[in-house]
Amino acid sequence: MVIDCDVHPTVPGMKTLLPYLDAHWREAVARRGIDDLNTISYPTINPLTYRADWRDETGRAATSPEMLARQALDPFGTSIAICNCLWGAQAAFSEDLGAAMARAVNDWIAKEWLDRDPRLRASIMVPQQNPDRTVDEIERLAHDKRFVQVLLLVGGEQTLGRRYYWPIYAAAERHGLTIGIHAGSMYRHQTTPIGWPSSYTEEYVNQATSFQSQLTSLITEGVFAKFPALTVVLMESGVSWLPAYFWRLTKFWKGLRSEVPWVSDPPGSIIRDRVRLTLQPFDAPPDDGGVMRLMEQIGSDEMLLFSTDYPHWQFEGLAAMPAGIDPGLAKKIMADNPLRTYVRLQQHTAQMEPVR
Amino acid sequence: MNVDVLNRSGIQPAATSKLAIADGDIHPRPAGVGIGGVSAALYPYMTKQWVEHVTAFGITYRQPWEKGSAYPKGQPQAARRDAWTPGGGSPGSDLAFMRQQHLDPNNVALGILNPLTSGQGAQNPDLSLAVCHATNEWQKAEWTSQDSRLKASVVVPYEDTVASVREIELRANDPDFAQVFLLSKTNEPLGQRRYWPIYEAAAATGMPIGIHAFGNGGWPNTTGGWASYYIEEMVGHSMAQQAVLTSLILEGVFERIPSLKVVLIEGGLAWAASLGWRLDAQWKKLKQELPGLKRAPSEYIRSNVWFTTQPIEEPDPRTQLAEVFDWIGWDRILFATDYPHWDYDDPAQALPFKMTEAQRRGIFQDNAKKVYRV
Repeated sequence: MVIDCDVHPTVPGMKTLLPYLDAHWREAVARRGIDDLNTISYPTINPLTYRADWRDETGRAATSPEMLARQALDPFGTSIAICNCLWGAQAAFSEDLGAAMARAVNDWIAKEWLDRDPRLRASIMVPQQNPDRTVDEIERLAHDKRFVQVLLLVGGEQTLGRRYYWPIYAAAERHGLTIGIHAGSMYRHQTTPIGWPSSYTEEYVNQATSFQSQLTSLITEGVFAKFPALTVVLMESGVSWLPAYFWRLTKFWKGLRSEVPWVSDPPGSIIRDRVRLTLQPFDAPPDDGGVMRLMEQIGSDEMLLFSTDYPHWQFEGLAAMPAGIDPGLAKKIMADNPLRTYVRLQQHTAQMEPVR
Repeated sequence: MNVDVLNRSGIQPAATSKLAIADGDIHPRPAGVGIGGVSAALYPYMTKQWVEHVTAFGITYRQPWEKGSAYPKGQPQAARRDAWTPGGGSPGSDLAFMRQQHLDPNNVALGILNPLTSGQGAQNPDLSLAVCHATNEWQKAEWTSQDSRLKASVVVPYEDTVASVREIELRANDPDFAQVFLLSKTNEPLGQRRYWPIYEAAAATGMPIGIHAFGNGGWPNTTGGWASYYIEEMVGHSMAQQAVLTSLILEGVFERIPSLKVVLIEGGLAWAASLGWRLDAQWKKLKQELPGLKRAPSEYIRSNVWFTTQPIEEPDPRTQLAEVFDWIGWDRILFATDYPHWDYDDPAQALPFKMTEAQRRGIFQDNAKKVYRV
């Protein structure tokens, strides 16, 4: 069994979403010429956004469930895949625009993707601009068990651990949804911790630091203490930064824990218990044995969740599993860990057709 | 403020059998607190005009409070409780006491001075220069000329490139100065073109550029907004250093100035291996965007960049640090204590795992001698 925890359907543009907008927004997008809100985090033409051999004649991939099945599910023998739409709804400065677009994308993905391929699941796109409206969107869709996760962007308006966002975590916990934090930004702040970068490469490389700071925020503000059933999944984070990061965090927790007394466990063990990471990109060490050494440093074989990150270009051919991972661990990454992470997959898998 | 000072009776006498060490991060501090944030100990090295200015207007940075830093520290001046001087003076303000507490018992043969309250990044660029210049004069007059084990850093008003280059050239032939000193949080990422003349000037003197954690560039300290806590700020210094190194490499600084040496100070180092892998992986796919890079990004780390150890990451088991040193390169690593700050690393305890005699000598002494040319 293979469960792919991070694939990206392409949102084709506003025209496709029109049937999912209410009358006000249908009229507004036409009158104002709002054609598309594709995010600059993944420009269509950028080599990373679509692997070259996956692009169609329009230069895109993942434009239909059939194309996704042909390129990302069948070749890997995938029986379940979690769709994360990366579109710019969260970047709208107007929360009204953001909420209308997130709602449309969610209804579109349910009808035109999830209904058409029983292997597909999705994360709920939310108007991250406003926690109350994010909760509204979660409540609206929670009955549909094919939505397994709430999708947040790693680059937000405020650090994600802040109490302002806690209603989102309460709603996710209540409904058995994980919080999935994905690479990408609302572009409210500079995209490196020290200022704006000069290149796409620089911005993309720095996303790993964004994950590090958001994880620090979630831990130090006490999110994991307050919501004991909540799991956080970091998606497209790069993975190999993890041990060096929590060694430092745990050291400073030893010295400064009086500032955050609700953090009663060492951060490294909180992370091992409550945080999961999708596999691609892995940013693997190049040396023989390096990957397994890194896994020992991480200190858990339950944290990694298989992903292709399709259609992003992270590997060649079918080499989604980094070289050097031993077969027992690979099996856990592909099936056991995702099933344990996503409560809703366990519930649903029980009623599913026999899985491959 | 009343400060609890620990009993100092545990100070050990110098042990002659101990390996002499280099300490890449010692923080001297001008005694006392001046009116408006500039220590009166620096007044003798400033013009009358600037003394009058700071006593009337003080010095301001891109941060919120009149006194202290944006994130209140874990303890006063972020210092060891036992590092206040016998007279009650600021930690790091008294050479005799520093000798007694740190330099002699730890057998420090080379100590790099990194002053932090020196006007770098101040909002008024002319005042920034005046305080940086005074700090350099003060280091020479009151520290390096008094103890030959100590070497000064040229603190420069880095947002004013022209003034920074002049200050570097002023110290170019003075063997008391061992590096050019920047902070990591600047108005723009440090790889950007406005800062290149500083690197060219430093490379011309043979001094490395030391980039220390902290600074007030004005940007939220995470890409998702301002962190809430001091612990987040402290952990976040490693993210800032990752971003600094990424900027220096991808902007092509090391291609343009191949002889440039960069020492990253107090931002950790275990992350450097993973960052190199990530840079290489993206560069392979996106290199068309960066025609100025002739080599894989990780190769510049191997040839042009060093890291000080404190605050050393603490894996469990600690032997995993040796695996990381293998990845980064043992010749890249410089021991540092951060004396007199609270998160000081003790040379006898900071690296508790087996290493070869050559590796130990490299980290504790030889690598520093090579970088700092002493």
